[in-house]
Amino acid sequence: KEMTVRDALNSALDEEMAADPNVFVMGEEVGEYQGAYKITKGLLDKYGPERVVDTPITEAGFAGIGVGSAYHGLRPVIEFMTFNFSMQAIDHIINSAAKSNYMSAGQINVPIVFRGPNGPAAGVGAQHSQCYGAWYGSVPGLKVLVPYSSEDARGLLKAAIRDPDPVVFLENELLYGETFPISAEALDSSFCLPIGKAKIEREGKDITITAFSKMVGYALKAAEILEKEGINAEVINLRSIRPLDRATINASVRKTNRLVTVEEGFPQHGVGAEICATVVEDSFGYLDAPVERIAGADVPTPYAANLERMAFPQIEDIVRAAKRACYRSVPMAASA
Amino acid sequence: RRCASHIVAVSDVFKEKKLKSNTNLLLTKEEGLQVYEDMILGRAFEDMCAQMYYRGKMFGFVHLYNGQEAVSSGFIKLLKKEDSVVSTYRDHVHALSKGVPARAVMSELFGKKTGCCRGQGGSMHMFSAEHNVLGGFAFIGEGIPVATGAAFASKYRREVLKEADCDHVTLAFFGDGTCNNGQFFECLNMAALWKLPIIFVVENNLWAIGMSHLRSTSDPEIWKKGPAFGMPGVHVDGMDVLKVREVAKEAIGRARRGEGPTLVECETYRFRGHSLADPDELRDPAEKARYAARDPITALKKYLIESKLANEAELLAIEKKIEEVVEDAVEFADESPAPSRSQLLENVFADPRGFGIGPDGSYRCEDPKFTEGTAQV
Repeated sequence: KEMTVRDALNSALDEEMAADPNVFVMGEEVGEYQGAYKITKGLLDKYGPERVVDTPITEAGFAGIGVGSAYHGLRPVIEFMTFNFSMQAIDHIINSAAKSNYMSAGQINVPIVFRGPNGPAAGVGAQHSQCYGAWYGSVPGLKVLVPYSSEDARGLLKAAIRDPDPVVFLENELLYGETFPISAEALDSSFCLPIGKAKIEREGKDITITAFSKMVGYALKAAEILEKEGINAEVINLRSIRPLDRATINASVRKTNRLVTVEEGFPQHGVGAEICATVVEDSFGYLDAPVERIAGADVPTPYAANLERMAFPQIEDIVRAAKRACYRSVPMAASA
Repeated sequence: RRCASHIVAVSDVFKEKKLKSNTNLLLTKEEGLQVYEDMILGRAFEDMCAQMYYRGKMFGFVHLYNGQEAVSSGFIKLLKKEDSVVSTYRDHVHALSKGVPARAVMSELFGKKTGCCRGQGGSMHMFSAEHNVLGGFAFIGEGIPVATGAAFASKYRREVLKEADCDHVTLAFFGDGTCNNGQFFECLNMAALWKLPIIFVVENNLWAIGMSHLRSTSDPEIWKKGPAFGMPGVHVDGMDVLKVREVAKEAIGRARRGEGPTLVECETYRFRGHSLADPDELRDPAEKARYAARDPITALKKYLIESKLANEAELLAIEKKIEEVVEDAVEFADESPAPSRSQLLENVFADPRGFGIGPDGSYRCEDPKFTEGTAQV
């Protein structure tokens, strides 16, 4: 059986709302418009305007309202039309949601989900194209999930809604329409994935490639190309940026002795930087080559199609980096 | 100074509402003594904080409430336990009024394990789930959406979860400076739009640190912004607890009946600097003296005695009692243990099992792995 990521998210929301009346959805265009990207389609008819709450365009306001309602035991799912707009509400994500449990010494937990499309879309320019994985991933008190497939989308969103803590749930606009095979188990309404556990999407022995969200698909395609050239790559779908599954990453690197990290976010202090650090700390002696980090270019996202393409990792970038790490090509520095 | 004369002008603009009451007296003897005790507690507690701060017992930013007691006592003493209070960085007295014991607040300020947040919150972050004190928020305007969310939850519980008896209201306290911040306007709009049971209580003490209200706000009459959003806006003398109480009663009743929010502007004054680190050089001594002469505690005392609700001896007994309560709070805080080492890593998440997933796929509490240099923690 197959399912789009959009339907996976929609069905997960639907099931969790049906199971728990404390769950409600709030955000811009989530109700009558059926969701800017149709993730909340049909929910208004089913659950009514009290539980599918259309808000004015006030990110700081409704993100904070979500937090305050979660203080009293409700389970809000706050939709940002895109995560770029979460910048207007970041104070509430970081200062209200993430810190309340600690500041109150465990008296007040915040079971809230902030979700929406994250990362570069296509042709929308600098202010609408940015990955926030590393930003939110650096904040204690937040859990940051990054689904790739339909199974991820269902299992992780349901886990996020049931979780007692604030979860930042980073979707990808360009994956919404993609179809993935889905198991009967993943379609069961009780299905749930563990938070903080990565998934090995493809086993391999020569090199480890870590990726999340859309980049998992790129990494898998790169692995196919590498296979033809005799390189057997292991692809890790992180699923969770925070907590980061250091154990799975390190175990893989200890097996393959080589690592390429892939992300669309900016390179400095990025997810790849953190993964590199954990491997250097825990598995330094196992590395047979320098870690290769592939990230978005260190520039605001350009508009022109050719420049935009250059600003984000492409499959051939992953292939090239993997070959470099396997000493199958001339290192860039040497060729210069 | 120009500012000072203008401030008087602002006050004069408002025609004070004639307070109508069924009886001649504005409150019973019992209520009067309760409010008096609460105001005395607020004042004595904050004075003690100043002493303890200068003695190095508390640290960081400490913002005292002296002068504004009529607002906290006037509003919060009318609440039920289930009602919520959301405050700012000037939050000690709101917590006390809501019933958090002085010992727990003082201990928190000392950074001790027995504090209301085990020393993890501090002066600007008072929380007590038991008393529905939903935090002091350290940024301007930050608490307002959270308070609006608490009010949203009351309405949700009544209408969606069918908890018919959930008529809980939320008070959001904030200052004049906050009324220039977007979150204030965003939440006035949504609270009125959705008829949420919330009262926006502006403690207009005329100064945002060193920025005069008149220099920062195009129309200094904050209460007017209520009607602009379709809710009542009320201006009240925040140095008169009886007037505050009357206005509060009406607003809280309105919220409880499901009739929606109210914006209340309480014109008040802080008798100390913005925080204990503020040299307070910009406010005119004449202005300070004028408000000092209108001390809300002295005014209530005068009323209670003149209307024969209480005699000097009774009030003195309250003052004596509070003095002991505050002394006891300091002693308790001083003798309490500092937070234990394990506390550093606790409460980051609600799940006590903590940070990550262990090798067996279950949660495990994981040390955050500082670099070797600071691993001594």
